Amino acid sequence: MELGGLLTYGVFFLTQAGIYAVLALGLNVQFGLTGQINIGVAGFFAVGAYTSAILTTSVTPAHLGGFDLPFLVGIAGAVVASGIVAVGIGWVTMRLRSDYLAIATIGIAEIIRLTLKNEDWLTNGVRGVPGIPRPFVETLGTDPLISLAVILAFVLLAYWLVERARVSPWGRVLRAIRENEDGVMAAGKDVARFRLQAFVFGSGLMGMAGGLYAHFIGFISPEAFLPLYGTFLVWVMLIAGGAGNNRGAVLGAFAIWMLWSATQFMTDALGAEYATQAGALRVLLIGVLLQVILILRPQGILPEHGRKGRR
Amino acid sequence: MTEFLQLVIYGVVLGSILTLGAIGVSLIYGILRFAHFAHGDIMTMGAYFAFALVVGLGFPIWASAPFAVVGGALLAIAIDQTVYRRLRRVQPIILLISSFGIAIALRSVVQLIWGPHNQVYASGIQMPYRLGDLVIKPDHVWIVLGAVVLVTALHLFLTRTKMGKAMRAMSDNMDLALVSGIPSERVIMVTWAVGGGLAAVAGVFLGMDTRLHPVMGWSLLLPVFAAAILGGIGRPYGAIAGGMVIGLSMELSTMVINPTYKPAVAFALMVLMLVVRPQGLFKGNA
Repeated sequence: MELGGLLTYGVFFLTQAGIYAVLALGLNVQFGLTGQINIGVAGFFAVGAYTSAILTTSVTPAHLGGFDLPFLVGIAGAVVASGIVAVGIGWVTMRLRSDYLAIATIGIAEIIRLTLKNEDWLTNGVRGVPGIPRPFVETLGTDPLISLAVILAFVLLAYWLVERARVSPWGRVLRAIRENEDGVMAAGKDVARFRLQAFVFGSGLMGMAGGLYAHFIGFISPEAFLPLYGTFLVWVMLIAGGAGNNRGAVLGAFAIWMLWSATQFMTDALGAEYATQAGALRVLLIGVLLQVILILRPQGILPEHGRKGRR
Repeated sequence: MTEFLQLVIYGVVLGSILTLGAIGVSLIYGILRFAHFAHGDIMTMGAYFAFALVVGLGFPIWASAPFAVVGGALLAIAIDQTVYRRLRRVQPIILLISSFGIAIALRSVVQLIWGPHNQVYASGIQMPYRLGDLVIKPDHVWIVLGAVVLVTALHLFLTRTKMGKAMRAMSDNMDLALVSGIPSERVIMVTWAVGGGLAAVAGVFLGMDTRLHPVMGWSLLLPVFAAAILGGIGRPYGAIAGGMVIGLSMELSTMVINPTYKPAVAFALMVLMLVVRPQGLFKGNA
């Protein structure tokens, strides 16, 4: 590959990895700090992507809106919309064991997927939403480097927010809930309330990642998310990087995304006639990798601060 | 009225399939304390095991089903021995994540071997039985009869055999069961065999009722969990009631709402149950 092509690919790669890093940070608030299981990451991501798309595209009869609002308003809307969905689902499950939350999140992700596909008035159905403007396109132009810079800025913002939350007293309560729920309750804390706050915070970040994705790709459709594989990749990223460690979450996102992209080169070499098998093989490899990490190094590459050995 | 009764028939068929899946989920939860997310994909594997025999060796479907049961049971034991067993010492939450990964891996294996397309056991149209205006496919009769036989056999196993009683004891009170000398590793292995076998046959029934597809089991996972929760998770008998309620509600709901939203009906019932009575109809281990 010539140098220009390589550079373009590098920018594209980093942008996508950055979006995954925001997702992994969001999941880290839920799982890493609080011990909540969210199997519906792709659902919150999709809500964010569609919200931002509807808010920022120009007026069209094809779907709701567009409202032609600025990029930052779109992202803010994405965070709020995902947060609202999270409040609904969180309110029902916060008092129950984490298994119930996990089951409920597959339900909510499935319903979101069905809604996006079937409610044409809202989302233009399977035809998707085109023409989502790139971030700050009017002032800064369409250079992909600008998009990359914007997304990396959001990664930093997300990292700063989650790291602040982690070291704060609020974050300590979350980790205490994860380790010993009864003890926290005995100390007079409202466990359900803290759980709900953490779940909404994490889901809001996932919505933000969805909004960033929509503006970066410019076109979204229900099929663009590969819902389950998206969720699964984010989980592998967080577990591999180190659940509970924010630097680990970001590192895991970049490392696993690199691995995932590398397997694509590998399977591309097999040729087009094996394309579906190659795709399945990639997913199988990542699935096996997760088991190996869980068994051999459950604390991830960068273990949580103050924690040694396996949990 | 005819439409209603016809949907009741479909609902009982779907309910039978859900029951077989939900019993396994409930048993596994009762003993190992985690929601087994790969259960739907074990159903898929069972369906494709039977498919391999039907297509490869020309077996009729009723003769392949027992092999699928054995295959599902062995698969579940193999997964437990290679992966879950090593994670049992840590929190159950890690087992849940691991089973999510297993689910994805199993689906990839199905795609790798049998491809991503729809498949059927037998092409062509079955002559249905007609009762007045009602239409009943012979397959539907077999599915419901099969489920009744299996559930009865499970009931006898749980109440009349030593192993069955040990399973119930471990589910009711783990510590008490362990100090009374129940061989826990053997009980766990039998639990996986029963759960995996029932899941496999549920997959075969699902394939007979509709078609085979790599995602067939995963898309049924939500209703299966809903059935288990409705009946009280950890309570295999509750799973029967839960399966029937969810199956009937999903089919009957198509009279008023768009059929694509059937999973949403299962979800809504589950959420309602979690709000009103999280322990389920039969007081499970919430």
